[in-house]
Parts: sequence; structure tokens; C-alpha cells
Amino acid sequence: MKHLLLAAAALAALTSPSHAETIAITGGKLVIGDGSGPVDGGTVVIRDGSIIAAGVGVAIPAGARQIDASGKWVTPGVFAGFTRLGLSEVDAVNGTNDKSGGKSGFSAAIDIAPAIDPFRSPFAVNRSAGVTRAVVAPEAADNIFAGQGAIADLGADSDAVTKARAFQFAEFGEDGAANAGGSRAGTHLHFRAMLREAQEYAAGRDTFDDDLLKAEDAKALLSVLRGETRLLIHVEGANDMLRLLELKRDFPSIKMVFVGATEGWRVAPQLAQAGVPVIASALNDLPATFEMLGATQSNIGRMKDAGVKVAIGMINDRDSHQLRYTTQYAGNLVSLEKLPNATGLSWGEAFAAISSVPADIMGVGDRFGSLKAGKAGDVVVWDGDPLELSSAPTTVIIDGVEQPLGNRQQRLRDRYARPTEGDLPKAYDR
Amino acid sequence: MRFTRKAIAACLLPLTIAACTSTEKPQTVSSVKPAEKAPAPFPSTYKAYPGVATAIRNVTIYDGEGGKIDNGVVFMSGGKISSVGGPDTAIPADIAVFDGTGKFVTPGIIDIHSHLGDYPTPSVEAHSDGNEATAPTTPEVWAEHSVWPQDPGFSRALANGGVTSLQILPGSANLMGGRSVVLKNVYSRTIQGMKFPGAPYGLKMACGENPKRVYGAKGRMPSTRMGNLAVNRQTWIKAQEYRKKRDSGKEFTRDLGMETLAGVLDGEISIQNHCYRADEMALVLDMAKEFGYKVSTFHHAVESYKIADLLRDNGVCSAVWADWWGFKMEAYDAIPENAAILQNSGACVIIHSDDENQIQRLNQEAAKAQADGRRMGIRIPDAEVIKWLTYNPAKALGISDKTGSLKPGKMADVVLWNGNPLSVYSRPEMVWIDGALMYDAKDPKRRPVSDFELGQPGEGDVK
Repeated sequence: MKHLLLAAAALAALTSPSHAETIAITGGKLVIGDGSGPVDGGTVVIRDGSIIAAGVGVAIPAGARQIDASGKWVTPGVFAGFTRLGLSEVDAVNGTNDKSGGKSGFSAAIDIAPAIDPFRSPFAVNRSAGVTRAVVAPEAADNIFAGQGAIADLGADSDAVTKARAFQFAEFGEDGAANAGGSRAGTHLHFRAMLREAQEYAAGRDTFDDDLLKAEDAKALLSVLRGETRLLIHVEGANDMLRLLELKRDFPSIKMVFVGATEGWRVAPQLAQAGVPVIASALNDLPATFEMLGATQSNIGRMKDAGVKVAIGMINDRDSHQLRYTTQYAGNLVSLEKLPNATGLSWGEAFAAISSVPADIMGVGDRFGSLKAGKAGDVVVWDGDPLELSSAPTTVIIDGVEQPLGNRQQRLRDRYARPTEGDLPKAYDR
Repeated sequence: MRFTRKAIAACLLPLTIAACTSTEKPQTVSSVKPAEKAPAPFPSTYKAYPGVATAIRNVTIYDGEGGKIDNGVVFMSGGKISSVGGPDTAIPADIAVFDGTGKFVTPGIIDIHSHLGDYPTPSVEAHSDGNEATAPTTPEVWAEHSVWPQDPGFSRALANGGVTSLQILPGSANLMGGRSVVLKNVYSRTIQGMKFPGAPYGLKMACGENPKRVYGAKGRMPSTRMGNLAVNRQTWIKAQEYRKKRDSGKEFTRDLGMETLAGVLDGEISIQNHCYRADEMALVLDMAKEFGYKVSTFHHAVESYKIADLLRDNGVCSAVWADWWGFKMEAYDAIPENAAILQNSGACVIIHSDDENQIQRLNQEAAKAQADGRRMGIRIPDAEVIKWLTYNPAKALGISDKTGSLKPGKMADVVLWNGNPLSVYSRPEMVWIDGALMYDAKDPKRRPVSDFELGQPGEGDVK
């Protein structure tokens, strides 16, 4: 409780998280997050904000605060593979919605990091559901390039951004075509022409033949072109993915990651061969658009079986507020294993798809996504199987700091646990 | 059990027949003079497909009305539930028998709020037929005239969600959006072939942000919540006058919209009211009293928990999501414990989807709501939670005498789950509708493929 209060005080005082504490979590069913299954009786030790050790028979350092996880599960925090976390409080209230900066006149240059607001309530709500890190992307408007996304942590402090400008985000397929003049032909032309202009900028020219970029956009795209910044591309249809793989051959240094990829299973061997990882929507099974005709929940399992590195993300699927669906989605992929002719994931693979795999895909797997020595102390203790609907976290630790699990929804819940008013109006009940 | 004595009392008032149909008595229609009564247009042509007498043994049964039987037997024949009971339940020798060891049986899932067909997939503009957003009240439109029976979503709701009946509603752009239609989840060439035989109609109404935004943006009334109420009340006054004229025995000109509203005042058409905020629901309840009609169900009722006592006392159901929140201002105070607080207060709970994806996981949404209740100290048995998806929506739709629970004589709308339906790891294994096997996970030939998906990538695939 003391720690919860301290963490709450830290939030109020706009300070950074404190990493000093040594914590040992003992006796739980331990999930490393690397694809292996859970093991009983594991211990996790965290010191100075990082994992020191995790496994069975790990020594507990003297002076460590112990958290008894007997009968519980201990896992890495959920690494949400694709979100708009912190970019809106109420989606339909424009003043609170910072998802798209596309009308600013800039495109690739947009850096979403300063718009990520850890005091927005989706942070607290999803933190209490065990999500500790998230890939946060801007939305595109009037351009195929949406700008630069970030990796954020969900800690209750004022310092949410783990890594700013962690990737560039682009729209292909139907959405990309709509932003590039109405045809996929326009998308490809824009892509090539904008990258050429970025190269012209690098060559010292400050005006561009087609005037597609501002100087700041050019700088951002150069980083993509040189392979310094990953390029996440929203693409759903099989043909669009194949054509992107052709583009990749022309720009071999670009580190592409596909997002969405509803028809990925149809081109899974090609994706595997090209080494393009995928952050996929887990349960799309409807032809919501003509680029999703082949949608099936077996998509991720089939891609995985074909050798594609694939994580779960939530593009355009309540991606600012409901990161807490991530575990449910992973559980559903496990359920497919029991369904005749369907292809899902094993439990260990499913958990990896929401922890180590997305971290690896984003290039931060050396620091996040699994319980291994040297990684960040992002650990969640659950009251049951974390992929099961009935389970919830009892302890959430981010960067070695135990987090408060309260949120505004719980305050409303407590106020209205008995809905009838008492001696005073509900407004006095807190 | 969740329909309290007060609710039953409310059902004894005049004009509330449709919303209070009991399980024992078939739906009766009165109050319109027989001489005026023309045959109902667009009648249902749905016919049950052939089934064979079937029993499932050694199975855990949730009967839909809060009952649970371990190691039980469900026996269906002639399209109906024949018997449900413990291991000693007698079944004939010469019928199909499935071993349900480790498996669960529930009634077919019912979604009281769906736009399958009127906002189908692919969600292209040419298919956008859910909102007649050209006037704030359009009680004259009927959702069944917009439903595309080839929506691929019906098959997903069946195979992944075990959905056997569903109400298709007009959208919420309008204060009065039009008539709903209740369907059996069985593909047909025509919408008439899907209509649930004998199901009463509903009238979709909407509170709050949507109507005032849509019409305010057009520079016309309503542009405020007070405008919403004013337009509604003016319209009900007209409906009362129309009804008086209709019942006077003199010649009068038919008016489609007024026919629907008069049907509400007659108690034949139920009110299905989209309404998020608690304060607005309370206003609607008073408006309903002013004009003498009854609200069956508040849909998207994210703030029902704040007035759970009021909803219980008025016998109104809340159709809710487990945890949707924050997408618009009137959804800002949504909490995941909404359903549990309602249940704990003795009010009627229904889990609905309003979504072509979550209709495939209503069981999972209910399980989340149950767990959120448990963590605040409200323990709701699994069998009660299943009622949120079966008997309660059937009752709110006026079809609980026909479906919604596993009682002898009711339609054999049955789901066999490969595990506990409140677990994320379970899926429907077989689904029967009126005793006909319409989905079998083990048999690709028992997996419907709509015309739209024929010859397309993924045709007949697992979905």
C-alpha cells in the first residue's frame, strides 16, 4: 500500500519513476515470454529497475521486498503491438484527440511523442489490465506517411516515452490510396517520389522537383531510407503486400514491418522469405473491405507456421482505449488449436505474441518483452491465467516500480456499488 | 427471478403486452379491431430445416433461465426441445446421440442489438443502409427492407458466436429510427425467409448525442438534448391523435410512421431505446409514462449502473457491452462493472454487441463482466450469466415463449460448446436451429458460405 501511495504521489508531483527498490516475486507460475510454456514455482528478482534473474531456484537477494505469488501467474508486462495510447481521452471530442497531425502541412516529420499524455485515463485503465509498454502510432491524413511513432511505457509518472521517433508509419492499401489521390498507383508513386526527394535533400538541395516534402519531412524519411528507423506499413490485402515486397527490393535498406496484414496467410511464404515481420490484427475474420476477402482468425497461426515473425496489434480497433483486449485476443488464438482445421498458437507462442515478439519486431527486444536478466523490470502478477477472461493483475511493476492499479472507472464503480443515494447526494460520496 | 414483483405489476398495466410476454402464454395481439386488421405485410416464410432426433449426454447444461445440470441430457426432436434433465433422463433408442463429456450446452445465443445486414460487410457505402438520416423521426422505415441476407457476418455469428436469433435495428442517427426485425440466424434468399415467425416488432429510438449532432449539423431541430425530447413528445402527441382517429371507426388515411407509433401505444411493438446516460434514461421513462408506453430495453446503457434501482422498479432491461468506453462523450462514464451492479440490484441485464466482431464473442464479453463483478464482491453464478445472452434478450424481444431457454416445447435452438462458454478457450462445436444442425465444427459442409463469399479467396475456410 505504501508503494501505491508513493507511486500516486509521484504521479501528482510530475516526477520520474524511482528505480531503487529490490523486489523478489516468489512462488508463482512463471512465464518468461519467449514462447516457452509456464513453469511452476518460479522467482523473479528486480533491482535498479531491471530484471536480475528469473527462473526456478533463483536466489533471493538479502533485503529484497518479497511479493508472494503463490497460486498466481507471473509474466512480463504486456507489450501492446500497435496502439494509439495516450493520443485521445474521448475519441469523438476533437480537443482531446491528437491521433492525426496530418492537417499541419507536415507528414513524415510529425513526431507523436509530445502528444502522448500519460495523464489521460487510458493509461491508468490499461495499466491496471497488465499492459506495460505500447507501440504508439500517429494516424495518417492527406498523405501516405503519418509521421513518427513512439514506444511508451504505462507507468504512473510523467515520463511516458520510452523511445521517441521509434518508427515511421505509412498507409498502403485502400487507406493509402485514398490519401494519395485515389489509386494504389498514386501510393506507389508518392512513395518513390518522396523518398527521392529525401535523397535530394541529403544531396544538399533545399527545394524539390515535385514539392512533396518539407525539409523536416525529408529528414525523417532519410532516416527510414538509411534503415535507421523502422517503417511500419498498414497493409491488409495479399496483392498490396506482394507489391510492397517488390518495393522493398528497390529499397533494400528500408526495414519494413507490416501492420494489419489480414490476408497475410495468402502470401506467408513470401513474407517469410523477405524477412518482413508482421504486427497483425488477431481476430479479423470478416471481409470488412475488399482487401480483406480472405480474412480468417487462423491468419496469425498460418503466418507463424510459415516462418513469419508475427505479433498481435490493434490497428484501428479501439486502439487508444482498449489495449486490455490484447490478452483476450491472444487467448482466442489458443482456442483455435482445439478447432478442427483452424490454426492457432500454443499458449506460450500466444503470450510471446504480446510480449517478446512485438518487442523484437520493434527492435527493443534486448530491453523489453521477456523476463530475462538485463531487461526492464516490467512484470505483472495475475490472479489466474493471464489469457483467460476471468483473470486480472494483482501487481503491476514497470521499470522496477510497483504501480498503482486504481483508475477513474474504479472510482465510479465504488461510488455506485450501491446505486441508491444515501444521506447526501452521490456527489459527496468519495 | 430478475423480473421483480414490481416489474410484473408493471406488466399488468394496459399497453404493455409485447414487452411482458410470459413464457407460458403465446404472444397475443389485440386492441386493433379485427375488421381493420389486414394480413401483416412481408410475412415470414422461414421454415425450420429438417433435423433428426438428437440427444446430447454427459454434458454440463446451462438452461438459460439460471439453471445448471451437471452430467445432463438434452433431447430434441421434431425441431423442439423434448426433454432436459439429469443422467437418468430417458431417450429413445434409435436416435443420434452425442457424448458431451467435458462439453457444455446452452440455448442458442441471442443478440438483441445487431446491424448485420443493414450495415453488412464489406462495409462499403453502397451497403450503408442502417440510417435513414434525412429526418429526425422516421418510424415509417422498416429495418427488414434494408437487410442484405448475404451478409457474411451471419455465418461468423453462427460459427464463432453460437448466435441463433438476433434483432436487426435501424441505426441511431434518428430519434425514432424505424422498426426492427428479429431473425433466425439461417441464411435465406430473401429476408422474409429469415424472419423469426411471430416475433413482435420493435421501434428503435435514440437518445443523446447522435440525433442532435446529425440534425444540428443540418441546421435543423433537434440540435440539443431538449430538442430531442421536444421532437419526441410532439411526435407522440401526433401518434395519440392518429390512434384515436384510427379507433373512431371512421375513414382515415393510413400513415406508415403513425402505424408503427400507434403499435407502440397499443403495446404490440416494443421500444428498443439507444440511451447511454442515466439522466436521459430517467427522462425517457417519464416520457413513456406521459404517453402510456413501455420501454423494453435501453441499449448501450453504459450508465445504467447509476440508476439500477430505477431500472429494476420500471422493469426495463439494460443491453450493455462488457467494457466499451471513451469513444464518445456519453460513453465516458462507462465501467466494466455495469452489468454486475445491475444484476446485484435485481435489474435485467443483457449483453449485446452492436458489432459484427463482438457478436462472435458475446459469451466472452459476458464472462469479462462476470469477472469484473466478482472482483468488487458481486458473485454471479455461470448459469445466471448465460441468461444475459439467452433468456433475458428473448424476454425483452417478446419471444421467450418460443426460444431463449432449454424448456420442453420450445424451439430446439441449441449450442454445444467444446468447453465452458465463459472461458476464452471455448468455441461452439455444433449449433442447432429449430432442431436442424446448421453448424458443425468438424464438418466443412455444415459451415454456411454466403453468395458474396462464393468464388472468393477463403471461401469455406475456417473463419
